[in-house]
Amino acid sequence: MSLSNTLPALILVSSLLPGLAIFLLREDSHVLRTSLNMFGAIAKVILVGVMVWGVFHAQSFETRWTLAPGLDLVLSADALSVLFVALSTGLWLLTTVYAIGYLEGTPHRSRFFGFFSLCVTATVGLAMAGNLFTFVVFYELLTLATYPLVAHKGTPAAVRGARIYLAYTLSGGLLLLIGAVWLRTIAGPVDFVEGGALSDLSGLDPTALRWIFALLIIGLGVKAALVPLHGWLPQAMVAPAPVSSLLHAVAVVKAGAFGIVRVVYDVYGVELAGTLQLLPVLGAVAAITIIYGSIKALSQDHLKKRLAYSTVSQVSYIALGTAILGPLATIGGVVHLVHQGIMKITLFFAAGNYAENLGIHKVSEMDGVGRRMPGTTLAFTIAALGMIGIPPVAGFVSKWYLGLGAVEAGVAHWVLPVLIASSLLNAAYFLPILYRAWFKVAPTAWPAEQVRGGRLEMPGALLWPPVVTAALALAIGLFAGAPYSPLEWTQLIAAREYGL
Amino acid sequence: MLPEYIVFGLTGIGLFVIGLRAALVQAAALARILAINVAGTGIFLVFVTLAYRGHDAAPDPVPHALVLTGIVVAVSATALALALVRRLPATPGEDGDD
Amino acid sequence: MTNLLVWPVLVPLLGGLATLLAPRLANPLGLACSLATLGAAAALVVVFADQGPMILALGGWAPGLGIALRADGLSVALLAMSSLVGLAAGVYATGYFADPDVRGRFWSLWLLLSAALHALLLSGDLFNLYVTLELLALVAVALTALGGGRAALEAALRYLTIGLLGSLVFLLGVTLLYAGYGTLDLVGLAGALRPEPVAWVALSLLTVGLLIKSALFPLHFWLPPAHANAPAPVSAVLSALVVKAAFYMVLRLWFDVFDPALTQAAANLLGVLGGAAVLWGSWRALRAERLKLLAAYSTVAQLGYLFMFLPLLLALPPGPSRDVAFGALVLLALSHGFAKSALFLGAGVIQQRAGHDRIADLGGTARALPVTTFVLALAGVALIGLPPSGTFLAKWQLLASAIETGQWLWLPIVGIGTLLAGAYCFRVLGHAFGPSDRVGAALAVGGEEIPALLLAITATVVLGLGAAGLWEFLALGTAFDGGSR
Repeated sequence: MSLSNTLPALILVSSLLPGLAIFLLREDSHVLRTSLNMFGAIAKVILVGVMVWGVFHAQSFETRWTLAPGLDLVLSADALSVLFVALSTGLWLLTTVYAIGYLEGTPHRSRFFGFFSLCVTATVGLAMAGNLFTFVVFYELLTLATYPLVAHKGTPAAVRGARIYLAYTLSGGLLLLIGAVWLRTIAGPVDFVEGGALSDLSGLDPTALRWIFALLIIGLGVKAALVPLHGWLPQAMVAPAPVSSLLHAVAVVKAGAFGIVRVVYDVYGVELAGTLQLLPVLGAVAAITIIYGSIKALSQDHLKKRLAYSTVSQVSYIALGTAILGPLATIGGVVHLVHQGIMKITLFFAAGNYAENLGIHKVSEMDGVGRRMPGTTLAFTIAALGMIGIPPVAGFVSKWYLGLGAVEAGVAHWVLPVLIASSLLNAAYFLPILYRAWFKVAPTAWPAEQVRGGRLEMPGALLWPPVVTAALALAIGLFAGAPYSPLEWTQLIAAREYGL
Repeated sequence: MLPEYIVFGLTGIGLFVIGLRAALVQAAALARILAINVAGTGIFLVFVTLAYRGHDAAPDPVPHALVLTGIVVAVSATALALALVRRLPATPGEDGDD
Repeated sequence: MTNLLVWPVLVPLLGGLATLLAPRLANPLGLACSLATLGAAAALVVVFADQGPMILALGGWAPGLGIALRADGLSVALLAMSSLVGLAAGVYATGYFADPDVRGRFWSLWLLLSAALHALLLSGDLFNLYVTLELLALVAVALTALGGGRAALEAALRYLTIGLLGSLVFLLGVTLLYAGYGTLDLVGLAGALRPEPVAWVALSLLTVGLLIKSALFPLHFWLPPAHANAPAPVSAVLSALVVKAAFYMVLRLWFDVFDPALTQAAANLLGVLGGAAVLWGSWRALRAERLKLLAAYSTVAQLGYLFMFLPLLLALPPGPSRDVAFGALVLLALSHGFAKSALFLGAGVIQQRAGHDRIADLGGTARALPVTTFVLALAGVALIGLPPSGTFLAKWQLLASAIETGQWLWLPIVGIGTLLAGAYCFRVLGHAFGPSDRVGAALAVGGEEIPALLLAITATVVLGLGAAGLWEFLALGTAFDGGSR
């Protein structure tokens, strides 16, 4: 028993136990539930801090538990997993604060926060998965934990959205499972190894490897919302705002994108993936998704749906960066995992605030909202500008590295047009919102205005999370070169994957 | 003339087949129960025949013991089946729940 | 210490008689006996883990003439599950039957069923297996009829008639084997058996008889009405344990006795029937209008998975890879037993609280009965085969063995079966989460929800995370064939 073999398990337990305890709470034990939530979230932040520090100083962490002969549940920490763990832990803390404020006074909060904690537990487990088997386990657990959150409201639309979500994710999980079993059968336990687990094995049948790659990527592509597997995402918009934030920014779509990164770099390895000619297809799918999502976003008047299609588009930057061979593109793709998360969660927090405070659900209802809710709208504006790729917000850094990577890999002729077209489209669906919010005249009455006292436009628990994440999005763009910044960390990851 | 044990054995098999066929074909519960008993008797006959070890030797006791047990089982099963059949007409039908 | 083998049979047998004589004390007596049976099973597990396989010649008569009880990893594991599920179903039943007469009858029958089942699991000779199987079926039929409704009586009668046909075919096979080899002791038979016509015909007869009893597609038609119309605690036991008994015998006979006479083609046939059962059972479960009928069809499907293991086991060379697959098969049987009994008990809670178990009218259940809804969800996780359930690991191994032996056919079947299972489980949950047109249902956690919850947690968490021990347990050897498996 030492920290090096218990820390990953402790990080898991820090949200699992509070989650299970919350299930048992009575609906009206508000203080206890909030304390448990905050205790878990803060404990996890501290534990992850220890792990980041350790990994930076080349300490290794691994928890291993044998489930069946040859099937070990392995939680470990490498540079890539730490990046994702830190992202989900940090954003979970903020989302918890936001959700406590958002759900105040609504029914079934014990159930909600219980599953909320399980959802983060699954995400963190998936981030720390040390082999493909463990990844599959947590990938499926994530599906299970998020289903009740999507169905939470219990309205027919919510139940329907949840059913569609489930149909997609269970099918995806099944393909991933078959791919993983197949790979396990021909290649033995597939531990995630920087440089690729399969790179040491020669003599495997290339046809089988290509089939397995297709199964794995399709399975992951469902959660990552690659076109044409993205259909569940707009439907899942019926969920409460904190859930949408979590689904889009941290948990579900990121699980898919993170899985793609893992499979390409740590299972196949860049070399083998290149030899087998696997990446051009992935790149093409990612490019199509980027453009398609942006075009669909243009025509959505419903704010959350517009953001949902924007997610479809933006998450595929990660897949695109992965599909382009070369360390610079890798940096661009992987760093976008963090950047997109922080920016997108800001947008969803803000959308939730508009709906909660003024009953605004549609873009066409947002005229003059900037003056009425300046803090929220400022946060929204920073995040939207970042999504377009305007410096110095974080999104610019991702796109810059993707562009450089494309030039480095000699695929600039098709990647750069995709990046430029996508940025123009992003501008086309975000700038009109900003224009309406800041420059149009507010209507005489908002759709459903909440009357409340207080100095702030919103209760603090709802206002501060988007403000903090917007500031963060700005800061990690401005100080991208600082030590421990996502960019610095990603450069470390790229260096290790390419053996530089 | 065939040896007796072959006659007994074939009769047993014949009874089994007749009983089995009737059990599958007959719709009435009582007829089915009777048919199953006929088939069972056929098997017991075969089993008892197996105990034969020639005219001079004592028969193998094991099949006898087994058939006795088998008969007890068959009687109990028949009793249970008859009890169910008897209760059926007296029970009113209902819809949905039990 | 081998006398330990007697207690899991004797305790419930005496308990059954006692509750028959003192029906007023049925609840305390029954619970005490169930606990004592669990204790006996636990002792058996502990001693087995320490000493390995056990044999007990009853009355000192040598096997062949006398009766021998034998215990190996497979029988002890199933026996442990049976006593746990039995205790949970019994605890639930104490509050389920309002009429003290019915309750008394339930306890005597249920304890007798326990005794028969445990005797079956520990039997070392074929005729004993026949008698215990028959006893088990008779008691199961009586339990099915316990509810007393017309549907239940009709289902019970059909169950009995079909079951009797099955046992007759089985008995003919037994007779043939005795004619061919002059012994019915399993170990004796295993040693004498040759790949020759008499063995093949006998195996076919034995197997067909058992297929009827274990409700393998297309011989499953009697199961759904019987399991759906029996009282909930009875359905739990029927689905979790009684059909497994017949499957256990298939497994025992195929791999411990008939191993030299087996052919891949025969195993493939059973596998294909199993695959068809998975598809058909899951499809019918999806179309079912009532929760208990859904659970019953789901049992048809889950039994199909068990049979799909047979062609894989036979194709794998004896040794580590076959042992791993065999362990997965046992794990699947155990997980299904716990999950399905949890599902039936949960359905019973809903049926008694809401007055019905129509799936379309389950709206508001998540609000009124959160614990039971949670039970349905957990049981669903195990039935679909999602982590962290034991079924997930078993299914992983099933797929791995299929790929390893090149039997690709099972992959799409498992895939479709999994998705259908997802559809039928989440269909129930979708309705349960949905809005209610009823107002003011009781909110408190009832004590009657606890047994189901514990069973569901066992299936989904305990068996999943603690599965590794099962393989070690099974590796301790077998008492049935001198260790050739």
